Amino acid sequence: MIANDNDILREAEAWTREGRGVALATVVETWGSAPRPVGSHLVIDAEGSFLGSVSGGCVEGAVIADAIDVIESGKPKMLEFGVADETAWQVGLSCGGRIRVYVERIDG
Amino acid sequence: MKIDHLALMNEERAARRAAILVTRLEDGAQRLLREAEIDADPAADILHERLRKGKSGIVEIDGAEHFLTVQVPPVRIVIIGAVHISQAFAPMAKLAGFDCTIIDPRTAFASPERFPDVTLLDEWPDDALPRIGLDAYTAFVALTHDPKIDDPALNAALTAQCFYIGALGSKKTHAKRVDRLREAGFDETAIGRIHAPIGLDIGAVSPAEIAVSILGEIIATLRSDRRRT
Repeated sequence: MIANDNDILREAEAWTREGRGVALATVVETWGSAPRPVGSHLVIDAEGSFLGSVSGGCVEGAVIADAIDVIESGKPKMLEFGVADETAWQVGLSCGGRIRVYVERIDG
Repeated sequence: MKIDHLALMNEERAARRAAILVTRLEDGAQRLLREAEIDADPAADILHERLRKGKSGIVEIDGAEHFLTVQVPPVRIVIIGAVHISQAFAPMAKLAGFDCTIIDPRTAFASPERFPDVTLLDEWPDDALPRIGLDAYTAFVALTHDPKIDDPALNAALTAQCFYIGALGSKKTHAKRVDRLREAGFDETAIGRIHAPIGLDIGAVSPAEIAVSILGEIIATLRSDRRRT
């Protein structure tokens, strides 16, 4: 099934009510040809299961890793990703855009 | 984020009401405002402007960076006519992420066998539309060519300011429809909002191709601010 952003927030609520540790990642800012618009969500649980997307698949792996930290610590994180060939970035967007992703825990 | 905030966002969206989640990015402090609560908020002006555009984004409030998750009701497509084009249209619309409701009082057309997995109402538009409530987040498509069924629904869609209104029919059929709408009191601006002939000009032939052209036109209208031309 392809999830839209509406399904994602419903699932985030359902997963939390099941007692799973859940984080919500949201694209808060984009520059250039970013793959997903501001407001796009990715929901992640403590096991690394996820739904939705914040990029075309380029940076989801990194977001999921950070989301698992956020679920443990409860402290929100701001992540930033840019073009792949700049050494400043661990993980890049091949499209040449830049995005900022806010990751927060859902407190059930 | 508190689960209560998330639950309320889901509740408001299901009820087709707008809401904004305000997050102060430096420390994660949040407040959730339902549409009716925005007026009383200190940042009401910024919030209203964002709500009008329906766009999430970062704003500055009291010198601090805040992210606004702007939630407007999900786009929905209402189709009058359980016809062959609608059979192709419904699964395509669903795949593209749009809720789709099909209305046709002719029960031979509006049968669950012909329309699995879609909201199907075998009622007259005059009965069904007030109940489901057309709004500015709804795309409206009239496909029966039968004035008895299409016309009252078109009137309702024009009055409700649906963001897209399309009606199937030849130029001749549409000219007659325009005459009837004028008689019903609609001015040229309102009548000009109707997409007719319906759909993007891609030379569509089959019902499925026509469905693609209509869905493409709805998306082009929804995303008009992003189009290259």
